Amino acid sequence: MSKKENSIWQLITALTSITVVATIALSCVYLATKEPIKQIKIAKDNAAKVMVLPGFDPASGVFVQTKALPEGLKDSLTVTLAYMNNQLFGAAVATHTNIAFSGRFDIMVGFDHEGNILNTEVLGHQETPGLGDKIDKKKDKFPLQFAGRTPKEKPLSVRKDGGDIDAITAATISSRAFCNAVNYAYQAYQMVLQDAEIINNNNITEKEENHE
Amino acid sequence: MNKVELITRGLIKENPTLIMVLGLCPSLAVTTSAINGIGMGLATTFVLMCSNTLISMLRKVIPNKVRIPIFVVVFAAFVSMIDLVMQAYIPALSASLGLFIPLIAVNCIVFARAESFAIKNKIFDSALDGLGMGLGFTLALFLIGSVREILGNGSIFDYRFMENSEILVFVLAPGAFFVMGFIIATIRFFQAKKN
Amino acid sequence: MEYYILMILGAVLVNNIILAQFLGICPFMGVSGKMSTAVGMGAALLFVMTLSTMVTTLVYNYVLVPLELVYLQTVIFILIIAALVQALEIVLKKVSPSLYNALGIFLPLITTNCAVLGIAITVTLKSFSLIDATLFTMFTALGFCVAIIIFAGIREQLELVNIPKGMKGIPIALITVGILALAFMGFANLA
Repeated sequence: MSKKENSIWQLITALTSITVVATIALSCVYLATKEPIKQIKIAKDNAAKVMVLPGFDPASGVFVQTKALPEGLKDSLTVTLAYMNNQLFGAAVATHTNIAFSGRFDIMVGFDHEGNILNTEVLGHQETPGLGDKIDKKKDKFPLQFAGRTPKEKPLSVRKDGGDIDAITAATISSRAFCNAVNYAYQAYQMVLQDAEIINNNNITEKEENHE
Repeated sequence: MNKVELITRGLIKENPTLIMVLGLCPSLAVTTSAINGIGMGLATTFVLMCSNTLISMLRKVIPNKVRIPIFVVVFAAFVSMIDLVMQAYIPALSASLGLFIPLIAVNCIVFARAESFAIKNKIFDSALDGLGMGLGFTLALFLIGSVREILGNGSIFDYRFMENSEILVFVLAPGAFFVMGFIIATIRFFQAKKN
Repeated sequence: MEYYILMILGAVLVNNIILAQFLGICPFMGVSGKMSTAVGMGAALLFVMTLSTMVTTLVYNYVLVPLELVYLQTVIFILIIAALVQALEIVLKKVSPSLYNALGIFLPLITTNCAVLGIAITVTLKSFSLIDATLFTMFTALGFCVAIIIFAGIREQLELVNIPKGMKGIPIALITVGILALAFMGFANLA
């Protein structure tokens, strides 16, 4: 620290230079970690896809990725149709909700070709430890009750809202959000299926499509 | 002050969390399990060491008037770096600490060490001080985290040894305040006895 | 309308920034000894948080996301908050000395307050529009005011009570907040 008063320009130079150096250093770290972070996300996504589609063999089957935007959501959902022997096996839908207790959470839902839920897997959440985090099946039986159900006739909802899902004790909001995310997943799946009928005869190729 | 004392003083005698009661937010928020406590503690230790070293290096050129914005930029840069590295190599821990990793940048302990130690002392001493304080913080978080995990979840390091006798409230928000309150009270009780 | 009512209930009572999210505990403990300082801190925080989240949300949505610079978020946000607090101090001093006298001493404390940065980051995670983000932040800050005012009231009474030596000061304060948090958990079924 110098004893004399610094001029305003010295102050600005000091602050600017440290900010520039910090930004450059941070950018280097960002570039170095960008690829590993992306790989982890892809690996996690793929593992979840296989997890929510029991009976599907990823070695002999084909995944086709599309996107769909159900009404009421801001970001479109990624629907991965799974084909085995050129027949539709089901789909894994990466869905999310913004009405959870602490912001957004992401789950993967697997459906069979008729729209019945096969399995679910939590991708990421910030729910309260001990309460809302029971949406993770490592913590509670709650998510297990979804397998075998379908939002076909009426959207899934918790008992408090007239449905037949047993909510997590003291975490109705998280449970409700979970149902909500599953319902969106089903909607997105149906939207993609309607389109898929048109292209079903064509060869299965990678395609990206947005439903607005 | 000798070098060993620089480290041990942060660990016990001037423990930043349990004695000085600084950095309460992370000590309460992330200590739902022992492993979270350790993870958070080590991430903070890294930031403390790096920022203490850098600020001590620059102590002759940092103008007094803008030292606080400069500190804050230094903290934020190191915090963002450790955040990215954790996301890349320990994604599970990074996900469970979430928001509280970026918040290390406004942790009172990091700030207090820069302002009261690093800006006035030699580089190596500052690094050791950062290490000692960081480890003290880690120790405190580990202590709070294990008590909460044992009582609230019946497990330690995810190893379950108690079924159906867990007291859920200890992993919830109120439990954090209770556990920390009683730990500090216990320490003060023994301190008073010693004097 | 229902959306906003739920937002108020959620931000003030259910997901209270102090009692459920643990953000901003340091000023909460530090200035809750007296009712008058508690009110001042609450007001200052309400002011700064709302203003800074407005700016950070704009910067995040229109600068950081389009330029793919989200990784600079912490550095930029923290600079914005620090600059804003400085500017606010200067403006308040000139425009309204009475308000400056009431809030002034709390402003420097706010720069390194994790509640302000915490909410700025939380809002980006929730992908709110600017208006929703501003309202949400206001309600959250209101939650801080509610908590600190209740707590200051309790703490003034605590001064008069005879408690064990080791419990005095911080420990009893922490345990009191714990009981308050327990009470606030009862609101969880409101929403």
